[in-house]
Amino acid sequence: MTDRLEIDEATVTYRQPGRRTLTAVDSVSLSLRAGEVLGLVGESGCGKSTLARAVCGLEPLSSGAIRFDGEPVRRLGLRPRDSRQRRIQMVFQNPYASLNPRRRVGAQIEDARAVAGRDALPVERLLEQVGLEPAVASRYPYEFSGGQRQRIAIARAMAAAPEVLIGDEPIASLDASLQARIASLMRDVALEQGASLLFISHDLSVVRVIADRIAVMQSGRIVEEGPTDRVWSDPQHPYTRRLLAAIPIADGLGRLPG
Amino acid sequence: MSGLRIDGLRLTIGRSEVLKGISLDAPGGVITGLAGESGSGKTMTGLAVIGLQPAGSRVSGTIAFDDGDGGVPNLLDLSPRAMNRLRGRRIAMVFQDPTASLQPMLSIGTQLTDHLRHHLHLDKRAARRRALELLERVKVPDAEAAVRRYPHQFSGGQLQRIAIAIAIACEPAVLIADEPTTALDVTVQAGILRLLRELTDDLGLAVLLVTHDLGVMSAVADTVAVMRSGTVVEHGSRYQVIREPRTEYAKELIAALPHTPAPGAGVDEPPAGPEAGGDEGESR
Repeated sequence: MTDRLEIDEATVTYRQPGRRTLTAVDSVSLSLRAGEVLGLVGESGCGKSTLARAVCGLEPLSSGAIRFDGEPVRRLGLRPRDSRQRRIQMVFQNPYASLNPRRRVGAQIEDARAVAGRDALPVERLLEQVGLEPAVASRYPYEFSGGQRQRIAIARAMAAAPEVLIGDEPIASLDASLQARIASLMRDVALEQGASLLFISHDLSVVRVIADRIAVMQSGRIVEEGPTDRVWSDPQHPYTRRLLAAIPIADGLGRLPG
Repeated sequence: MSGLRIDGLRLTIGRSEVLKGISLDAPGGVITGLAGESGSGKTMTGLAVIGLQPAGSRVSGTIAFDDGDGGVPNLLDLSPRAMNRLRGRRIAMVFQDPTASLQPMLSIGTQLTDHLRHHLHLDKRAARRRALELLERVKVPDAEAAVRRYPHQFSGGQLQRIAIAIAIACEPAVLIADEPTTALDVTVQAGILRLLRELTDDLGLAVLLVTHDLGVMSAVADTVAVMRSGTVVEHGSRYQVIREPRTEYAKELIAALPHTPAPGAGVDEPPAGPEAGGDEGESR
């Protein structure tokens, strides 16, 4: 069996005081093979970030299971987690919030290298991978632009030598001209180190460029899943068709989408 | 001709020259797109027009404003007091993130009528009537109930509609929209773009649309100005700039798009399902 990450009928519910229980993720099953890039798309509120958090153990499941290399992912608590499961790493949406503003870039990457132990790549190599000079290690996050910060966040995640890398809307806060570039960078860096990538975004047009497979999520459920080319050129579910039709195309014709 | 005529606009902050002589026409009834990477000065251009450039920046050049009856030869020469009379009334702005641009502690009704009462001296009842009209104009469902609610009770798309309603409340001649759909989902974005187009056509607004998304540009902008490090490198019709860019930089920018002009066969099919199109996140 080659599935590295297995999501099996996972359900996450939130109790809302005074209202009915909200099922954010509704018996979702997905699998991620070694060296594969899976794109998870959907609109805000569809539960895609909750699913990402559940995979990292940040969100308890109310039923179902998430297994990493056959072992169930346990909820992250106060105690350090099992070292195996530290091989799941996450890149968050907002690099302004996810990097520690008071520590040097190099020190933050060093922390993550400690997780990898002997597999750790040198800091210079990690920075080089994401297209940054080794000298930036001695600088602080505020000295960098949003795109550069996201590169640092990727380098930090890769420093832990992850086997599964998760990007939760990692490009949403970046410029359009950067989005495709950073997304491709994430794919390249992950695959080069043999990690699988779960790339979450609301932007189908960017996901199309980097994902091998696409899963489309709507109100907590996966409504369509398949190879990228097939989903893009021959969408089956009405929701996927609607999403695709709403993407404005830069053809200069002045067509209103949707 | 109503609208804006910007000529030789320069803006410096400290020692860095952010805008290096921008010349641009934004006539009424037309959506003028400003494209470019972050740091190219497109947002600063919009802010300079409405007089919201950062404190300590020096501005020179001319921004001629004409709203059909009179107008101002150069907005930059106006006193802060005179500018305050125009801002929000004749020149309005819509920002990127409606959850940040609306006041969380004030009801939608208050935020919609505040400037109506200040600028147009409407009484409470007339202002409220106008607020209801506006909400219907931008297609916020159940306007009666909406005026009593607060921003957190709406979805992002509904909030942006409300922000647009606030902007057009005093019937401005110029609307500056800075990345108005960047924070929204694609299906919601489609609705907002439609609304923007409609308002431009119906009210004869001169819209300055700042966006980095060339897909959005292509959908609604009539002319596109491509900016780079404080200058306009190319300005032409939407079709010409996107399909036949003349400058090297514009070509690069278009080549960097993730979706090539062939978006897949399935996309051009008629939208499926009875609920296709115009569907928007429910207000919560």
